[in-house]
Amino acid sequence: VEVQGDSRALRHHFATEEQQRDASSLGMWIFLGTEVMFFGGLFCSYLIYRLMYFGDFAAASVTIDARLGGANTAVLICSSLTVVLAIWAAQTGRRALLITMLIVTMLFGLAFLGIKGYEYYNKFVEHHVPGASFSFENQEIPNHPGEYANPRHAEIFFALYFIMTGLHALHMVVGLGIFTWLLWAAWKGRFTPEYHTPLEIGGLYWHFVDIIWIYLFPLLYLIDRHH
Amino acid sequence: MSEHSTSTHAKSPLATYFSVWIALLFGTFLTYEVAKLDLGDFNAAVALIIATTKALLVALFFMHLRHASEKLLKVVVISTIFFLFILLALSMADYGTRLWS
Repeated sequence: VEVQGDSRALRHHFATEEQQRDASSLGMWIFLGTEVMFFGGLFCSYLIYRLMYFGDFAAASVTIDARLGGANTAVLICSSLTVVLAIWAAQTGRRALLITMLIVTMLFGLAFLGIKGYEYYNKFVEHHVPGASFSFENQEIPNHPGEYANPRHAEIFFALYFIMTGLHALHMVVGLGIFTWLLWAAWKGRFTPEYHTPLEIGGLYWHFVDIIWIYLFPLLYLIDRHH
Repeated sequence: MSEHSTSTHAKSPLATYFSVWIALLFGTFLTYEVAKLDLGDFNAAVALIIATTKALLVALFFMHLRHASEKLLKVVVISTIFFLFILLALSMADYGTRLWS
């Protein structure tokens, strides 16, 4: 039976509140370890195909608007700041600031998904989505005048682009769900300077998703941008 | 208000948070601009070094790994990196040596 009301209640199988918090944190870090391996498989595929089809990947990459990717990187970095500010607000008993920071974090998350959606929309318009209508004819390889990308190889780049950014976007949606719950709990006044473990655990998840994006941005958007 | 007496942190971490935030934004700007320069084979290396620096800043300061006292937690983090290394290194050792013939 769930303990109602006092969220600070120490569950009977823990000796101290500190031990309870450490156990939660350790569990989250183990989960993030599995997430690293989850994304790691995709990064590994990316690495192998990029080394095989270097020029084709570069030709495909330069068709993505790097400014949108850069803007989204900044948006996520700002959201990571608002997450630590939210936790700090809980630690120092500032409920209004905590709620504000949680809302701002979610707005940044929504902005990220909006920009991402616009980017996907452009790729659909250009027929750069892998599948029956995929088209990548006569696209010159950057810095190799007269050489054209193999559409089949470029399609592999776009498949990886959509799978990796799509999986990342799915994590953002899950993160927004977690933060909706955190916002509700904060609104109910469940977080205090003594007890705010869910905020720290949710924050770890959000920062992890930020870290994945920090790697996706240069790998997918910034291949061979020099001319 | 009892903010100062109840807080377990002696000094406010806000200065650190904002410094890290500025550094991360600068890193993003830097990686975007550096990509436009022709560094030959080093473009990818520089991009990955900047990305790893940013990831470390997030992990150490925002995810508070720097103050993690739990040895168990350190074991988890180090083994995660180790297993990722195995995944990447052995896969590359495979694909890198397939064309030897």
